[in-house]
Amino acid sequence: MRLNPYKTQKIAFFFLFLATLLIVVPVGLIVVIIIQKGLPAINWQFLSDIPRQGMRAGGIFPAIVGTIYLVLGAIIFALPIGVLAAIYLSEYSKENILTRVIRLAIVNLAGVPSVVYGLFGLALFVVFFKFGASILSGSLTLGIMILPIIITTSREALESVPQSFREVSLSLGASKWQTIRHIVLPNAIPGILTGTILGLGRAAGETAPILFTVAAFYLPLLPKSIFDQAMALPYHLYVISTQVPNVDEKIRYGTALVLLTLVLFMNLVAIIIRYKFRKRKKW
Amino acid sequence: MNKFNVNNLNIWFGKAHALKEVRFEVEANQILTIIGPSNSGKTSFLRQLNRLNELQPSFSMTGTVLFDGKDLNSLDVELVRKKIGMVFALPLPLPLSVFDNVAYGVKMHGKKNRKEAESIVEDSLKKASLWDEVKDRLRESAFKLSGGQQQRLCIARSLAVGPDVVLFDEPCSGLDPISTAKVEESMLMLKKDYTIVLVTNNVKQAARVGDKTAFFLSGELIELDNTDKVFTAPQDKRTDEYIRGKFG
Repeated sequence: MRLNPYKTQKIAFFFLFLATLLIVVPVGLIVVIIIQKGLPAINWQFLSDIPRQGMRAGGIFPAIVGTIYLVLGAIIFALPIGVLAAIYLSEYSKENILTRVIRLAIVNLAGVPSVVYGLFGLALFVVFFKFGASILSGSLTLGIMILPIIITTSREALESVPQSFREVSLSLGASKWQTIRHIVLPNAIPGILTGTILGLGRAAGETAPILFTVAAFYLPLLPKSIFDQAMALPYHLYVISTQVPNVDEKIRYGTALVLLTLVLFMNLVAIIIRYKFRKRKKW
Repeated sequence: MNKFNVNNLNIWFGKAHALKEVRFEVEANQILTIIGPSNSGKTSFLRQLNRLNELQPSFSMTGTVLFDGKDLNSLDVELVRKKIGMVFALPLPLPLSVFDNVAYGVKMHGKKNRKEAESIVEDSLKKASLWDEVKDRLRESAFKLSGGQQQRLCIARSLAVGPDVVLFDEPCSGLDPISTAKVEESMLMLKKDYTIVLVTNNVKQAARVGDKTAFFLSGELIELDNTDKVFTAPQDKRTDEYIRGKFG
């Protein structure tokens, strides 16, 4: 039987829709299950108290604070360096073997398993620089892990600014740096923020890089400086799920729900900023 | 003295030989029009006059371009582009307001004074015969203007940095006849203060506004003479055929 183009198109659309559905359904299920099982655990004490009774009761406040510190530290370190490196790679570097190798290295760095970053952070920051297991070491390790994401997305954002804008600016006698500063960068900010959002989520969720560099098994005190150890949500979740017997299921799912909400909230802030900048974009 | 003296200019983009042994003079306070079919090298020539070609990594050249008697390549490139402005083929406003588009170059050259900038913007918009149409819309996005208004905005933007020369690269190729007439009108008004080089695909436009006309073909300058002479008694057969529409 020969199919006419109209029928072929219908069948194609059906499979494309099915593929999309297959992506949406698991994501939806994850959210639904975590909310369903975790929501009963959420109350003021859970969010504001320290863990008690061997982490079987009480709250997860120190882990929330630790994760926020770590993510902020990673972004403060990685965003400026990543954006500057992206500016160099997209605007200044000439096309040659060296820059091609650098680009390839950055792309490959994004694929390095996170536990390898953890070991690297242990060797460099904890041992060599003698920062010890601390928020500083953990933030730097997470920062290095998300650098390739930020560099790659920022570079794409910079390169998507039309070449004609650069030519116009240069033809008016503006210098190359003025052109980047006043024309290219403002129009690339939405794309750079997209990279930051991806980086934020990754930094908040990873367990392996913080395992050797900062995370405390149980630390009921809040960190006082960047040289202190801290608890962190992903590691805490791992601990109460595998290392401590008889933890109520709802506490585990509650912790997962808080982690998820925290990441979504940080993304939301970045998305709002991005939206504000996109509205200003006028071409 | 001539504004530009071009001697034995050769330009390559990679292996492609875009301009071959071009000798050329541009006199001050005239409109010089350059005609020729596509790929004849006329735009490459124009972009050499304010050194935009060198943005392409594959660009190389031999020969010299003298601007007011000085070698263009020995001057500071920002100064060259400040003195020699460019209006592109398509209207290319920057993603800024009408006011900020015109003020952009002024700010980049370090004039921070608000009052001063305002008077330069008004002056430039008047010279580009756009002021009356946009004086109440200065805060709006430049993209809200019509195509013809945008192109005159680009002219005003070039004038605002205080050039000696304005280069036009097929400025009317995307415009309707009425907008084209307005752009031509502003060019004719500008020539008493500026030297103008106009690249155009429209032979009739060259005849209307040009004091001198140059004809390029395959990267070579075939003929350069007074516009009347080029159009009534061309020296070269190929010029005659192009003008009469036999090819191109």
